[in-house]
Amino acid sequence: MTFLAMKIFLIAIFAGGLGSILGLGGGIVVTPALTLLFGVDIQHAIGASLISVIATSSGAAVAYIRDRITNIRVGMFLEIATTVGAITGAFIGGMISPHSLYIIFGLLLIYSALAMLQKTKQELPGKVALSPAANTLKLQGEYYDKALQQRVPYNVDNVYGSFGVMYGAGVISGLLGIGSGSFKVMAMDIFMKLPLKVSSATSNFMMGVTGAASAAIYLFRGDISPVIAAPVALGVLIGATIGARIMQHLKSKTIRKMFIPVLIYVAVQMILQGLGGK
Amino acid sequence: MQTGSTEILNPNDRLNRVELLVSRALRTGVLISAFVIFAGLLLFFAAGDGGYPNNAYPTSFSAILAGTLALKPFAVILAGLVLLILTPVLRVAVSLLTFVLEQDWLYVGISALVLIILLSSFFFGK
Repeated sequence: MTFLAMKIFLIAIFAGGLGSILGLGGGIVVTPALTLLFGVDIQHAIGASLISVIATSSGAAVAYIRDRITNIRVGMFLEIATTVGAITGAFIGGMISPHSLYIIFGLLLIYSALAMLQKTKQELPGKVALSPAANTLKLQGEYYDKALQQRVPYNVDNVYGSFGVMYGAGVISGLLGIGSGSFKVMAMDIFMKLPLKVSSATSNFMMGVTGAASAAIYLFRGDISPVIAAPVALGVLIGATIGARIMQHLKSKTIRKMFIPVLIYVAVQMILQGLGGK
Repeated sequence: MQTGSTEILNPNDRLNRVELLVSRALRTGVLISAFVIFAGLLLFFAAGDGGYPNNAYPTSFSAILAGTLALKPFAVILAGLVLLILTPVLRVAVSLLTFVLEQDWLYVGISALVLIILLSSFFFGK
């Protein structure tokens, strides 16, 4: 038992590190690792991955917020969309078949992977017009980039488009119980045209809120096993703390190159699921 | 821990205080929950079982609380996990409070809305 917990702990450190750098919940690592490597059933694996989402979010946010990479206003504003979306998703979950949604969102991810591919040479978004809505909401910001060693002021574009995608991301996480970090990063990167580090840190920040509601439901339903979730939580917290430090010293180009394959992997999985492949 | 970031803080930015307070609140929450989970795990390894027959574990709030007070390993771990799940809620609540302090009423409204939606989703889930 000690040995098993140790192995889960080590994988969780990796999941937390990757999740905090890319703005994803780490469910992408934790769920398959638990089910495929350790034979944990899917229900308990999802429960543990929700714990991983929250641990990544809170663990990374300590550093990201202190170092002002996270845009709290953007996160807070978009959380309206994701939380309402999550409740919508939980409600319609019983009524509709998620197959078509899987395909639609899978295709949307493919599209954003392609859009991201065009930006691989681009370190920062460059000149972005400040949309009137963003100005009213005071969403524009500035952060200090440790890799570039310079201040990066930025504007915010297409608030409504991003809000819409975030609502969709919320529906997806309510329906499927996933953190949908990839959609959040995409909404901020492609629509709002935020610097990638800001998108990633803010996505991390937001995920915890969406994850908390689902995690509480899973816990009181008995789907969070203490033996599995404890090493996941501790490992991910350590990984996320380390990841949040590493990320700030990485070039945005590097982060984007790590992000695109993950995006394609998630997209293909969703489309296959939508087609009834799995 | 704060020293590394002070040179990049812009004293004119009203968001500074919000960010520092939220970051500190989160760190406290994370450290406490990690400590409780770790303590529970150590208890579990020391005792060799979770404190409940057939590897069962408590799933209601009161059972987790009662088990934690009795130092049953699984209950202590779950109590730590409950604390961890509450950290994002704490984060929204602290942001709300600091936006009130900053008299940023637009974001007081937005944070309050998020908090209400979040809390109501806890009830929808039941």
